Amino acid sequence: MSRKIKIALVGNPNSGKSTVFNALTGLRQKVANFPGVTVEKRIGYTNLKSDSGEVVEAEIIDLPGTYSLYPKSPEEILPFQILCDPNNESHPDLTIVIADGTNLKRNLFLCSQILDLKIPVILIINMMDIVLYKKMSIDFKGLSDRLGIPVIPMDGRSGKGITELKKAIVLPLVSPVKDFIDVREFAPEVVDELRSIVKVDSNYNAFLGANNLHIISGFEMQQWKKDKIISICEQHKFDPQQMQARETLERYKVITLILKDHLTSLENPVQKSNSYKIDSFLTHRVWGYLIFMVVLFLIFQVIFSWASYPMDLIDSGFVSLSQFVRSSLPSGLLNDLIVDGILAGLNGIVVFVPQITLLFFFVAILEDTGYMARVSFIMDRVMKKFGMNGKSLIPLMSSVACAVPAIMSTRTIQNRKERLITIMVTPLMSCSARLPVYTLLIALVIPKGSIYGFNMQGLVMMILYLLGFVAALVAALAMKYIIKKKERSFFVMELPMYRVPRWSSIGIHLLEKVKIFLFDAGKVIVAISIILWVLSSFGPSGVFDSIEKKYEGQSLSGQIQASEVSRLVQTEKLEASYAGKLGHFIEPAIEPLGFDWKIGIALITSFAAREVFVGTMSTIYSVGGDESAKLTIKEKMAAEVNPHTGGPRYTFAVGLSLMLFYAFAMQCMSTVAVVYRETKRIRYPLIQILYMSGLAYLASLIVYQLLKP
Amino acid sequence: MPETVRTLSSMRKGQKGVIDSFTDYELSLKLLEMGCIPGELIEVIRIAPLGDPIAISISGYMLGLRKAEASTVRVRIQE
Repeated sequence: MSRKIKIALVGNPNSGKSTVFNALTGLRQKVANFPGVTVEKRIGYTNLKSDSGEVVEAEIIDLPGTYSLYPKSPEEILPFQILCDPNNESHPDLTIVIADGTNLKRNLFLCSQILDLKIPVILIINMMDIVLYKKMSIDFKGLSDRLGIPVIPMDGRSGKGITELKKAIVLPLVSPVKDFIDVREFAPEVVDELRSIVKVDSNYNAFLGANNLHIISGFEMQQWKKDKIISICEQHKFDPQQMQARETLERYKVITLILKDHLTSLENPVQKSNSYKIDSFLTHRVWGYLIFMVVLFLIFQVIFSWASYPMDLIDSGFVSLSQFVRSSLPSGLLNDLIVDGILAGLNGIVVFVPQITLLFFFVAILEDTGYMARVSFIMDRVMKKFGMNGKSLIPLMSSVACAVPAIMSTRTIQNRKERLITIMVTPLMSCSARLPVYTLLIALVIPKGSIYGFNMQGLVMMILYLLGFVAALVAALAMKYIIKKKERSFFVMELPMYRVPRWSSIGIHLLEKVKIFLFDAGKVIVAISIILWVLSSFGPSGVFDSIEKKYEGQSLSGQIQASEVSRLVQTEKLEASYAGKLGHFIEPAIEPLGFDWKIGIALITSFAAREVFVGTMSTIYSVGGDESAKLTIKEKMAAEVNPHTGGPRYTFAVGLSLMLFYAFAMQCMSTVAVVYRETKRIRYPLIQILYMSGLAYLASLIVYQLLKP
Repeated sequence: MPETVRTLSSMRKGQKGVIDSFTDYELSLKLLEMGCIPGELIEVIRIAPLGDPIAISISGYMLGLRKAEASTVRVRIQE
């Protein structure tokens, strides 16, 4: 016997929702997108067995954190839609509400709203470790009887309570019977008519629908019903603001009464808490900013120095693999395709896994400990000057990993202008896709060694990241005056308690992100590598033959050594190939920046994704031939000669110009797509491409012209 | 001692009080659902280094808000 059940996990932000999700589903989870919106939908699966031997196959959805069913920011719309629309494909059979036990009053508010929707609910009181530490005591039995639902204490970190939760899930589903508060009395006509005419399934759902007319247009509901709801509200002059205020006050009144009976807590002066003491340093007017800078600085130093060992290993691993394939497969087109196309492309992706993992790791720690919220707090005043919000700092910081999730996380910013500006400037922050490009170029043109004990290459890396940040601020300032939108700006934000990071959650998060990078970005990179290999291995018919003929005579007459001849043949072939033609085509435009047609090819391919640069370089230089398979891409590029000067192609000036170009240019299809989806206007991604690429061209031009020998 | 009512934004660090009323309807809805309800005890526990925003303690947690928002909350001061 088995049955299927859909479960939604709901709770306030910082209530430890994802810990419970991970504890329930382990690694049996996947990330998808909700249809039509880009919010990540985390789904997990678990099979549970009831006492009677029945197997319950549970599909669990982790919904974005929200404080109430009155959406104030785009992110909060999702829980509202899924819970209130019975026809939504994700509408749950059972809702698990996760409440932070140290703050029951505010957390019970959301729970009471869901109860009135008459969806079966299990209430988890999480963070029991802190509840006990604060010497609070909760009467679970009494609370459970009063609310009419199972109430389970939990300490998500240690896993205490998970067994009890699993037992409660397999029990028969019971919809709450009594109303937590009677919303009908606030607007009897509207509630009654909505229930009888539109057939809304509960009083509260009718009331909520009337309160959120602008959102129910997204419901799976016949159009006449939507129109009817609107006309009923108009007819009875339903005032949403007043209704919401009355409901909120009534709910808190009941919650306060309930907690008086079932919660005893001692006076806990904030000043005695550890969080308060830590904050004295981390939000201090001098130390606060200093510590923030030091944290950033250390992260980049660590990423650069730690990641270099595994990266070298991966690089040399691919070199030996290429040699092995080269020598064991019969030489020919297939051999070339595998070594110069596929393997070269794969190397370009895998080699950056160590750095990306470390970066995501640190960003996750900053978020998970609660430090990121403090950074928003101390920086809000500054960000406001630039037309943004303290909350903009979280997208900006996390776009150091990737601009795509960062732009999605701007949904927590309520003000539309601040949100738009944040979206527009976020891609200027140096994302992890630039890291490969920076790493390669820095290794190429910045000498090893240290200044005042700091790794010089790491220092340059940090300057590049700072440059991205400064550019983002300047662009934001400009947009603050250009974008005209009058709307109130909000900064109302919970400052959660400091907590030790949840390592297992961070582990699962990292695994997920690296998987996405390897497979999603990887697909694009390998595909582009193969296309590139084709473009650079073939040319207009007859051209390759004539090149070979030209050199045939020379090698026969013994004027030049055989190996030298084959190198010249390869180079001329590349230049004559389709890719070479493309590169030559744009060379006049990029020559003032110090770039040649080979870099031109990389620039073109990078417009899909920046990290393709390294793969392209590998492919272009691998096409060079047999001897060079033993060299890494960096060594090959370092050996490249500029035919005009006779010196190396990658001089300091060229390297710097290239780095700046990649720092500023908008070269990421995924970002363009996500900006379009988030702003719903094609003009914003277009403006973004234009202004960023213009900035990139200008910066490279100035730097190269000033520094060129 | 006569009770004084003043805006939350004008309170000093460490000052305590009880929420009395709101002067802005739209904003009050957000604050209400975050647990800032009339009658609730609050304390200003931190002021950001640049003077704005501020952090208050309310029903057992810490809430950060800008002075512009705090100026719409009227508080009965209890030293």
